[in-house]
Amino acid sequence: MDETAAPSTDAVIEARDVRRTFLVRRRAGVLRRTAVEVHAVDGLSFSIERGEMVGLLGPNGAGKSTTVKMLTGILVPTSGRLRVAGLEPSASRTTLARRIGVVFGQRSGLWWDLPLRDSFALLRRIYDVPVEQHRAALAEFVELLDLDDLLDVPVRSLSLGQRMRGEIAAALLHEPDLLYLDEPTIGLDVVSKARLRDFLRRVNTERGTTVVLTTHDLGDVEHVCRRVLVVDHGRLVFDGSLPELRRLDGSARTVVVDLADTAPPVEVEGATVTRVDGPRQWLALPPGGSAAPVVAQLAASYPLVDLAIQEPEIEDVITRLYSRG
Amino acid sequence: MTGALHALAAYRAIARVWIRAALTYRASFVALVLGQVLVTGGDFVAIVLMFAGIDTLAGFGLPEVALLYGLTGVGIGIADLLLGSVEQLGRRVRDGSLDTMLVRPVPALVQVAADQFALRRLGRITQSGAVLVWALVTIGIDWTLGRVAVLLVTVVCGAVIFCSIFVLGSAFQFLAGDAAEVSNAFTYGGNTLTQYPLTVYPVEVVRAVTFLLPLAFVNWYPALYLLGRDDPFGMPAALQLMSPVAAAAMAAVAAVGWRAGVRHYRSTGS
Repeated sequence: MDETAAPSTDAVIEARDVRRTFLVRRRAGVLRRTAVEVHAVDGLSFSIERGEMVGLLGPNGAGKSTTVKMLTGILVPTSGRLRVAGLEPSASRTTLARRIGVVFGQRSGLWWDLPLRDSFALLRRIYDVPVEQHRAALAEFVELLDLDDLLDVPVRSLSLGQRMRGEIAAALLHEPDLLYLDEPTIGLDVVSKARLRDFLRRVNTERGTTVVLTTHDLGDVEHVCRRVLVVDHGRLVFDGSLPELRRLDGSARTVVVDLADTAPPVEVEGATVTRVDGPRQWLALPPGGSAAPVVAQLAASYPLVDLAIQEPEIEDVITRLYSRG
Repeated sequence: MTGALHALAAYRAIARVWIRAALTYRASFVALVLGQVLVTGGDFVAIVLMFAGIDTLAGFGLPEVALLYGLTGVGIGIADLLLGSVEQLGRRVRDGSLDTMLVRPVPALVQVAADQFALRRLGRITQSGAVLVWALVTIGIDWTLGRVAVLLVTVVCGAVIFCSIFVLGSAFQFLAGDAAEVSNAFTYGGNTLTQYPLTVYPVEVVRAVTFLLPLAFVNWYPALYLLGRDDPFGMPAALQLMSPVAAAAMAAVAAVGWRAGVRHYRSTGS
């Protein structure tokens, strides 16, 4: 490893061969217990630049939460090198805390029995934000997240969507460089989800806040993230953009044609028919293959009513990724 | 230093919000405080009833027992008011809310302690304080500057010792998921134990609360000094002025214990 290389100044997060092992005790008899080593994170290396929006994907137990806990400094890595905003998270946890915002979808960063307004006021004290700066930030987030009517409502009385907006405002009020969101849209309705995604994009472009989100909801990824890290069994199995993820081998695009009438499978160069259903036929394009010549041939040789090109379902791609790992 | 000031400011801010919330419903707040006065006062009523049939309990009269009772009650009362919420730690570990505290720039202990700050706990302090004042007035202590100082220092030390036990108890919950009851045995149990003159216990208990878990420094040794009595167990008279040492030692142990607990949590997950 080249220790002398100057760290890239734009990297907000740098992980190099980070591992996290847990000892899980299991009952092995009436009194006997055996300890089993579980490698929750097993050699993760990646770096995230300032201003990126990155989705951390993976099945349950893949190591996403453990990774976020290490990135925030809650959990100490077993080995490897981790730098967030230039700091070692576990050693500089409270210093780092001022520069990051965290939204845990399943638990609240707000005070359950207090009105939102009081929660925000407390956070100002906890993060030691100057009054003026806090007021300006609060005014902005109240407007963007439409919190005006909710400020005096105790958090426990808010709907899930309302609460999540409050949580995100709470995580951003100290204007962190980096925002982590753990399953931020879980349980939200379609409108709330869209709104939240909109807001996240806006925070990212207007404030330059780096956003890292873990999610099961691929919609989050498609609408928010420009880059995807897929983790499985504690390892990184993919790092790239969504289109790249789609183009992974085995995940072909499909041309769907509606012919004028029922017909035997069409014959064109560069694609094979995978399914026929009445006048509708599905043609698989080889990975990386271009759709244009295929479409041109179809149009020239067959009576077409309609034609569509389908991107592979991102879900399918990821499922294939998991099963491969 | 700025870190400590910031932590203190955060504690005050969090506590203030809970106080304001509690005072929103005045009547209910007053009822809660009175309720606590009655509940904690029950112990003292029992002692008074006991004295209906006896003149002295193991060599101590009612006002003297009241002095012991008042000192330990005010000590645990202050500790309970300031740090009683740390009992919630086990729950916070289980429901993950500790994680949200660990990503904030204020020590988790401060946040756990200040959260749900319960001003109603003033009830115990008020009730024990009243008993303490009555005892001091009734006994007719030969007040010297030294005795006034010892009285004040004892109250502070008692609070520090009980605070330390609260913190140790909650640090233990990092290891044993829900050990709030174990912790209670030492805090409220320790309070009950020290409500009586130690002469009612075998000498092993006295040694234990002197050298193992220094509860005797909450009230017993300084009370002997205030009363100008010789130690019934023949312990050195110097112990009567050692409460600050015991409190400092307990605070140090508690600090180490808490840190170890947090470290354990952060290295094992939950």
